[in-house]
Amino acid sequence: MRPIKPLFSYGPVPTYRMLLCAVLAFGLMFAEHRFSAVETVRSHLTTVVAPIQWLVSLPSEGMRWGAMAISDQQSLIDENLRLREQLLTLSNRVQRMASLTAENVHLRELLNAPNPDDVPYITAELLSLDSDPFTQQMVINRGRRDGAYIGQPVMDASGLIGQVVSVSAYTSRVLMVADANHAVPVEINRNGLRFIAQGTGQLDTLDVPSVPATADIREGDLLVTSGLGGRFPQGYPVARVSRVKRASSQAFMEVTAEPISQPERSRYFLLLFPPERPDTSGLSGPERMARQVIWPGDPAHPEVHRISETALTAALKLQAGAPH
Amino acid sequence: MGLFGYLFVWCTLLLALCLQVMPLPDAWLVWRPDWLGVLLAYWCVATPQRVGVVHGFVLGLILDLIEGAPLGQNALTLSLLAYLFLLLYQRFRVYSIWQQAVLVFVLLGIAQLVEQWLRTIFGPISVSLEFLLPALIGALLWPWLFTMMQVLRRRLGIG
Repeated sequence: MRPIKPLFSYGPVPTYRMLLCAVLAFGLMFAEHRFSAVETVRSHLTTVVAPIQWLVSLPSEGMRWGAMAISDQQSLIDENLRLREQLLTLSNRVQRMASLTAENVHLRELLNAPNPDDVPYITAELLSLDSDPFTQQMVINRGRRDGAYIGQPVMDASGLIGQVVSVSAYTSRVLMVADANHAVPVEINRNGLRFIAQGTGQLDTLDVPSVPATADIREGDLLVTSGLGGRFPQGYPVARVSRVKRASSQAFMEVTAEPISQPERSRYFLLLFPPERPDTSGLSGPERMARQVIWPGDPAHPEVHRISETALTAALKLQAGAPH
Repeated sequence: MGLFGYLFVWCTLLLALCLQVMPLPDAWLVWRPDWLGVLLAYWCVATPQRVGVVHGFVLGLILDLIEGAPLGQNALTLSLLAYLFLLLYQRFRVYSIWQQAVLVFVLLGIAQLVEQWLRTIFGPISVSLEFLLPALIGALLWPWLFTMMQVLRRRLGIG
């Protein structure tokens, strides 16, 4: 005889499954935090979900294509006109650039200073902006196969966008300068004062903390990468100072800046390949510091590996002898 | 529920996943309803014997991979959401549809809160009450979504 079915069955209450899932999830989070092997596993798994990323980017691609297909002749003519004007302006600038470059080479020869090389790059296209409102990231269509690596600087046509934080076979994820987790060492283009520009989580604002009240910084100043820290090459525009608030009683000023790059409007980006720095982990403190500022292969000092050894030894000796 | 039923469940869940990660202008992001959470909730209530915590875990892992979140963050929140709905699904079924919507808001809100906690563990973020908006909009959509899915499910004979 079959047992009587209870009127109020409890049904499935999968507490054990829930516990198992929670333990697994915490285990994964911990493992990713501690072990770098998870990073490779993750980059392979991300390749598996790449079709979904491609699929969800289709509608916006289609919209763009559709907008172009149905746009009327007049707007195309207007755009053509605008582009011609832009071309004229840019070619004018290029001509001046050529003469300036020649002049610069000449002056550097007079000063006996080496010429900085160009930083090589590849182009990349936006796949998707981040779908999460609390972080500022985006996915681009270059991955390990194209040579992208973690920590690589990313630019758009106008300025620094951010850096690559994870890489899969065909795509990589870029952390933007405006993300609350991002900071970049900068200097004022006008006078070379060095600061840190920190993201706030809003696309149009960067924070510049720890600016002394006496520092010469004004609204409208251009902040460019200083190249210290070694991740970003020197001299790329990052932000423009938008607000300087001085309070006479405070030792520091409140300075905010507006990023120059336009991640919301750009579709095409440059992935830079700055020259690699030597491994400095095994060196002593002063030598490591010296090498972090000037390292062999630095575009600003390409001949440094020839001259540095003697100069470095002399500087180290001087420093070692100083306390006595 | 046969093979076709499972296929249908996974198709709707994957569709919700696509909606969840669809690129949107930056200002609209906080107004996106929690598609994946709402649909997972629906299947947990409709077929609690078949869809549950493990579904939430797998979908959460996929979402983590796509969003670049720490592995396990969304997996934990979505499996927790499925678990909460499995705990309450019997009570849930006797509620009127707007009462259901209120409960959906509360449970989605709890899941979002847990997610925000996990985020604060992993680094600085700007915290505001905006994180409840996806839950609120998801709950407002619930009556229509629920009715539509019920009709679809009955017509296809899945259950």
